[in-house]
Amino acid sequence: MNAYECWGRYPKAKHQIEPIYWTSENPFIHSPATSYLAFGKGRSYGDSCLNDGGVLLDTSGLNRWIHFDDEKGVVRCEAGVSLAEVLRLAVPKGWFLPVTPGTKHITVAGAIANDVHGKNHHRAGTFGRHVGQFEIVRSDGTRLLCSPQKNQKYFSATIGGLGLTGLILWAEFSLKRIPSSWIQMETIRFGNLDEFFNLSRDSDEKFEYTLSWIDCFSQGKSLARGLMMRGNHAENYPDKKRFSIRDRSINIPCTAPRWFTHSSIMKGLNVCYFYKQRKKPRVSRVHYDSFFYPLDILGSYNRLFGRGGLLQYQCVLPFEGHGDLSAIKLILSRIAKSNLASMVAVLKVFGNIPSPGMLSFPRKGITLALDLPIRGQKTFHLLEELDAVVGEHHGAVYPAKDARMSGENFRRFFPQWKEFRDYVDPNFSSGFWRRVTQEPSPIGLAS
Amino acid sequence: MRILIVGATSAIAQKVARLFAKANHSIFLAARNEKKLVSVAQDIQIHGAHPVHYMTLDMNDFDLHPALIHQATQSLGGLDILLVAHGQLPDQPACQVNVREAEQAFKVNFLSVLSLLTHASHQFQKQGSGTIAVISSVAGDRGRQSNYIYGSAKGALNIFLEGLRNRLFPYGVHVLTIKPGYVDTPMTSHLKKNRLFADPESVARDIYKAIQKKKDVVYTPWFWRYILLGIKLCPEWIFKRTKL
Ligand SMILES: Cc1cc2nc3c(=O)[nH]c(=O)nc-3n(C[C@H](O)[C@H](O)[C@H](O)COP(=O)(O)OP(=O)(O)OC[C@H]3O[C@@H](n4cnc5c(N)ncnc54)[C@H](O)[C@@H]3O)c2cc1C
Ligand SMILES: NC(=O)c1ccc[n+]([C@@H]2O[C@H](COP(=O)([O-])OP(=O)(O)OC[C@H]3O[C@@H](n4cnc5c(N)ncnc54)[C@H](OP(=O)(O)O)[C@@H]3O)[C@@H](O)[C@H]2O)c1
Repeated sequence: MNAYECWGRYPKAKHQIEPIYWTSENPFIHSPATSYLAFGKGRSYGDSCLNDGGVLLDTSGLNRWIHFDDEKGVVRCEAGVSLAEVLRLAVPKGWFLPVTPGTKHITVAGAIANDVHGKNHHRAGTFGRHVGQFEIVRSDGTRLLCSPQKNQKYFSATIGGLGLTGLILWAEFSLKRIPSSWIQMETIRFGNLDEFFNLSRDSDEKFEYTLSWIDCFSQGKSLARGLMMRGNHAENYPDKKRFSIRDRSINIPCTAPRWFTHSSIMKGLNVCYFYKQRKKPRVSRVHYDSFFYPLDILGSYNRLFGRGGLLQYQCVLPFEGHGDLSAIKLILSRIAKSNLASMVAVLKVFGNIPSPGMLSFPRKGITLALDLPIRGQKTFHLLEELDAVVGEHHGAVYPAKDARMSGENFRRFFPQWKEFRDYVDPNFSSGFWRRVTQEPSPIGLAS
Repeated sequence: MRILIVGATSAIAQKVARLFAKANHSIFLAARNEKKLVSVAQDIQIHGAHPVHYMTLDMNDFDLHPALIHQATQSLGGLDILLVAHGQLPDQPACQVNVREAEQAFKVNFLSVLSLLTHASHQFQKQGSGTIAVISSVAGDRGRQSNYIYGSAKGALNIFLEGLRNRLFPYGVHVLTIKPGYVDTPMTSHLKKNRLFADPESVARDIYKAIQKKKDVVYTPWFWRYILLGIKLCPEWIFKRTKL
C-alpha cells in the first residue's frame, strides 16, 4: 500500500487521498478540496510532492499504455506509468529512455513535472526536451492538449512546473535507439576539483554518460577527490542477453539507528570507496541497471538515514568554459568542514542544451548533489549558508530535492516564477509552493 | 488461448488480462463504459495480447448475453476461457430500507452471471473443454450484518457455480470460483485501508494460476481460506452476537 510521504521523509504531512483510475473521468468531483496536488511515486525528496492538509491525487491507477510505435520509438502512456515499466517495454525492442534520473521508480508525469535530468545532460538535455505532447486537466474541468505547437505556454509551464499547472493525464515522448542493454564503462580516480574539471571536459566529448562520485569529507589539496564513471552504450553485444532487462532490489525492512550515519562511519566508508578504485582507470562492461540505478538495488535506502529523515541538497553554479571555480570550492569546503555529509555525493557538469520548461532547474554549469542525514539545526544552517553562496553566483537549488529553501532564495534562483505563476491552477498547491511563495496553508480537511 | 473477459474494466480483471496478454493470448473484452474499455484494450495490446476485440454492454441487459458470447466466439475463432469479473458493492444500509436497491445488487452480482453462464455453459458443454472462471467473494461464505445483501448475492453465486461445476465436470469443463478478500480497487476506494487489503496484481496472479491449475475454488490471498474457515465454524448462537 502507498505511503504518501516524500523520499527524505521530512517534512511529514497529512492528506486526504483521492485515487485516480481513469483518464476519461473528472478527477475533481469527490472532494470539496481547498487544494489539490498530484502524487507520483514520492521520489521527490521534500515537500514539492506533499500538500499538507490538502488533497493528494494518487496517480498510481493511471498506469496504462496508450500507444507504442516500435519503429519510430515513440511511446504514449498514462501519467502514472513508471520509468521502470517503460524500460521493461522498450529495452527488449532496442529502445531506451532518452534521459533518466538516478532511480527508475518515478512516474512519467513526475519526470515531466520536475523536468528531470541524468548523466547525459551534456548531450541530451532534460527529459522535457523529449516530450512531444501531453494532456492536462485543470480543476475547473478544462482539458488542454499541450505540445510545442498547441497551448505552448502551458506546455512550457508544465515541464518543470512542479505539478502546479493541473493534473497530467497522459504524455507522449520519444525513446532512443540503443545497440544493447550494456554500458561500456570506465571508472577513473581524480585527486581534486581541478582534476575533475579536466577529466570532465575530456569525457563529455567522448562519452554519452558522465557522473562523478566525490568524497565529501576530504579537504585541502584533495578537496572533492572522487571517482568519475563514464560510459557509452556497448555496441554489438553478441549473445542473447543483448536486450536483457534487470530489476532487482532488496528491501530495507526497518529504519536504521542514528549512529549508522554518524560522521566517522561515513568518513570511513568514503575513504574505502575512494581507495577501492586503483589509480589506473578500470574498464568494464556493466548492465544499464547497475550503471544508472545503483541505489535502486536497496529498495528504500532512505530508511538508512534513520527516523529523523534526510535532506538532499542539489545546486547548480553557472560557469563559462573553465571559468570561476571559487564558488563550488567554497561550497565543497564548507560541506567538508561541517562533517554533516554522507556517502551519496555527486558532481556533474551540465551542458547548454536549453529545456522547453519555464521553471526548469538545469542550466549550463556545475551541479553538486548530496544527501545529508538531518542533524537538527546544524544541517539547516549549513544549507542556508550554501544557498547564500549559490545566490551570489547566480546559481539555483533544485526544488525536487528541497525541503527547506527560503521563499526569498527561491525567488532569487527562479526569477521567472512570476511569469510561471500565471499558469498555476488556482486550486493546486504544494507544501513547497506555499513555503516559497509565502501562501498560508490550506485550512481544515486532514489537518 | 482465446479468452473472453466480462467486466474487463474491473481493476482485478485488468491485471489478469495483462498476465494473459504477456503470454500473447487472444482476448475479447466486454464492459459497459466505452472510453474505459478502449483504454484497457490499448493497454493489453501493447502488453502483448493479439488480437484484441471488445464489445460495450451493460451486463444488466440480459438480452445481449447470447450476442456477446456469439460475437466473442466469432471474433476469436473459438472460446477457451471465460472470466467473469463485473460486480458492484451495494450500500448495505440503503438496501435495508429500499428493496429496489437490494434487488439491483442481486441483479448485477448474481442474476446477470446466471444468465450469461446459462448461455455460455451449452457452448462449453458441447465443445467438451474450457474454463469458466467467476469472481465471487469471501463475503458469500457467511452472512454478516454489515454486508449481507452483497454477501447473499455472492453466496447464491457460489452455490450456482458449485452446481454448474458438478454438471459440467463430466464434459471436461473446468469451473473456478474465485473468492477474494479485501482488494484495493475502485470498488473499495471509499473504505479505510488496512493490512488485510491486497493489491489487484497479487490477486490477479492467484487467479491466473488457479485457472492454469484447474482449481475448483481459490481464496485470494490464500489466508482468507483460514479466516473464513474460522468464521464458518463459529456457532450461530455466538455469531449472531458479533458485530461483524
Ligand atoms: C534515488 C533518487 C535519485 C534521483 N536522481 C535524480 C536525478 O538524477 N535527476 C533528477 O532530475 N532527479 C532525480 N531524483 C528526483 C526524482 O527524479 C524527481 O523528484 C521525480 O520528479 C520524482 O517523480 P515521482 O513520480 O516520484 O513524483 P513525485 O515525487 O510523487 O512528484 C513529483 C512532482 O510531480 C508532480 N506530479 C506527479 N504526477 C503528476 C501528474 N500526473 N500530473 C501533474 N503533476 C504530477 C507532483 O505534484 C510533484 O510536484 C532522484 C530521486 C531519488 C529518490
Ligand atoms: N475489491 C474487493 O475488495 C473485492 C472483494 C471481493 C470480491 N470482489 C469482486 O471482484 C470483482 C471485480 O471488482 P474490482 O474489485 O476489480 O472492482 P472494480 O474495479 O470497481 O470493478 C467492478 C467492475 O464491474 C463493472 N460493472 C458493474 N456493474 C456493471 C454492469 N451492470 N455491467 C457491466 N459491468 C459492470 C464495473 O464497470 P464500470 O467501470 O463501468 O463501473 C467495473 O469495471 C467484482 O465481482 C467484485 O464483486 C472485489
